[in-house]
Amino acid sequence: MTQNSLSKDLLLKIHNLMVKARVTEERLIHIYKQGLGYFWIGGPGEEAFAIPLGLLINKGQGLNHDWLYLHYRSLPTLIAMGLSMKEAFRAMFNKATDTSSGGRNFANHYCIPKWNVPPITSVIENQYSMSIGTAHVLKKAPDNQSLVVVTGGDAGTHEGDFATCLIWSSRPGKELPLLITVQNNAWGISTSYSSQHSEQHISQRGEPFNIKNLSINGNDPEESYLALKEQMAWIRKHRKPVLLEARVSRLYGHSSASGANYMEEECCIKTLEKKLKSEKLLKEKDIKDIWGSYREEAKKVQKEVMEESDPDGNTIWNHIYANNENADWRKF
Amino acid sequence: MANMTQALRMALHYGEEHLELRDIFGEDVGPPLGGVFTATQGLKTAWNSPLDERGIVGTAIGIAMTGQRCVAEIQFVDYIFNTIDLLKTAGNTLWAGNGQFPLPLVLMTPNGAGIHGAIYHSHSFDTWGVRLPGWKVVSPSNAKDAYGLMLSAILDPNPVLYLKPKALLRVKTPELIPGEPEDQKQLKEMIDAPVGEERKNWKPQWPKLEKYTVPIGKGSIVQEGEELTVVSFGRSLHLCKQALSSLSLSVELIDLRSLYPYDWTLIKSSVQKTKRLLIVNEDTEVANFGEHLALRAVQEGFYHLLAPPRVLSGKQVPGVGLHNNLESATVPQVKDIQSEIKNLIETKW
Ligand SMILES: Cc1ncc(C[n+]2csc(CCOP(=O)(O)OP(=O)(O)O)c2C)c(N)n1
Repeated sequence: MTQNSLSKDLLLKIHNLMVKARVTEERLIHIYKQGLGYFWIGGPGEEAFAIPLGLLINKGQGLNHDWLYLHYRSLPTLIAMGLSMKEAFRAMFNKATDTSSGGRNFANHYCIPKWNVPPITSVIENQYSMSIGTAHVLKKAPDNQSLVVVTGGDAGTHEGDFATCLIWSSRPGKELPLLITVQNNAWGISTSYSSQHSEQHISQRGEPFNIKNLSINGNDPEESYLALKEQMAWIRKHRKPVLLEARVSRLYGHSSASGANYMEEECCIKTLEKKLKSEKLLKEKDIKDIWGSYREEAKKVQKEVMEESDPDGNTIWNHIYANNENADWRKF
Repeated sequence: MANMTQALRMALHYGEEHLELRDIFGEDVGPPLGGVFTATQGLKTAWNSPLDERGIVGTAIGIAMTGQRCVAEIQFVDYIFNTIDLLKTAGNTLWAGNGQFPLPLVLMTPNGAGIHGAIYHSHSFDTWGVRLPGWKVVSPSNAKDAYGLMLSAILDPNPVLYLKPKALLRVKTPELIPGEPEDQKQLKEMIDAPVGEERKNWKPQWPKLEKYTVPIGKGSIVQEGEELTVVSFGRSLHLCKQALSSLSLSVELIDLRSLYPYDWTLIKSSVQKTKRLLIVNEDTEVANFGEHLALRAVQEGFYHLLAPPRVLSGKQVPGVGLHNNLESATVPQVKDIQSEIKNLIETKW
């Protein structure tokens, strides 16, 4: 393995997980289009960046592991960490068995305490304000090497929370162990990046705050993996933030809101497969088999999940307060 | 005989020492000032944040997400409004995440009128707070309750919005906080920072404080009576007391203390006895939290009531004006409370 490339095994593993994530998303879109599920939003097109991120996480619960303040395009990261297709479908079908939200939230809004993943909120950019509190706790913990990852899109960086994150994470002497990522797909919902941003790279916004920053090609899994690995190691050691912008594609438009139809943009999986074939790491048939077996799995899991139970209306009163303390005024 | 500010400071100190409170923060909360009302003076975990309310609320959520306890401050409640979606998020994090991430945080903030604070230092957030499901909302009316409610708020595993009645922060109440020295001067010397150069090397001498909690969700009867129940809290409660002191009527006065969850058992049993209800607070009048209580009283006790319940609250205007005439015309005053009381007692359906 040279400095600029990954081992064959790692590359194949990344490819495999990228396909798994893509197949899962495509199945979710299919469910939406069949009218079997409500709104879909997710991360197809971001796998080359998001899978390496998931693989590099120090996964676990508590302060000795990394924390992830994610947004709604983070399925590939969680697939790389070990999320099952079943969890994704449970959320899409808003089943009682959906451990993340019990049928309350949209697809791809996960909450996984065993991996330090607080609930993903739909409110654009709130996660950037919340991540600093957790990073503050990690910074104070003695001999700690964990970090906080916060992710979001390019348009969202115009919210005040993004500025909040830059300001609070870079206070002199109180810098925070925070990996601030922006997955730049060049779009808000329908508003183009070029029509709203005067900065050439979003990463440059780290400059005035002395935040180490870089922009990378998030469609390239090798470049992404190596950059993430280096930056995360630096944060673990120096306990200071890094702002990392990854240019990615948005392959099915924004979400259900824009129809969730396939768009002609660079597909990071196709690009990788070309390379894997030319380097003779995979044959056309191997690739077909990988896609085929995940597609079969997805169909099977969908069927199983559809049979699972729906949430009871009475559960709206659960978990308003901790330990299910009563929050219904009728019972005060 | 501490004032409310000293009581809060002592409660926060108790929290640091005994309740695993690790962070107290907000604008000017740390040294040298220790808060614009000095409620965080001399506390070892108090620190100054950037001037950024969204960052303050976000940081509190992020700290609480790890299970650690913190008390964050919004310098004046008037400046909380740009955090409203983060407040929503704090209130729904446990619920949205299927019960998996409780948020044990306290957000404290000076609330309400009464210090000639003009348009941007007089807002009330009572009703806004109650409209944030997932939060608990409390507001004390005296120093001892301030101490007891703060300890409960720190210990509570849920987000607690702690509304400090701005106009009462310097008011002393006779009841002692357990562990507090009786001599007021002595307490001042122990825990109030000196002004000027001396402050640099100053360290507080904390009294040996004891645990004393006021349960969230429990009100208290301030004065017993037979003809009318008046429900209030915070600064308005004192105005109600004043109003009653010069009327020779038998009125039961309830200090709500917790706005949500609220003590319906207490209110209901009082109204069953008096058959009349008046609710007094400062927040604006349309869709005021008091209307919910009044409606409930009607729905549950219609046939027993001798008069329609009334809500006396702030006028539906954009702010509280500075001039005394403007402020008095906007938020309930002693004479307004007296005339409501008289009307209610004289009214029949
Ligand atoms: C605070 C807020 N405003 C608006 C929305 C509606 N909304 C959802 S996604 C989105 C666009 C976000 O664009 P970007 O941050 O670039 O992320 P992308 O979806 O492109 O990955 C908008 C406006 C929202 N969810 N939250």
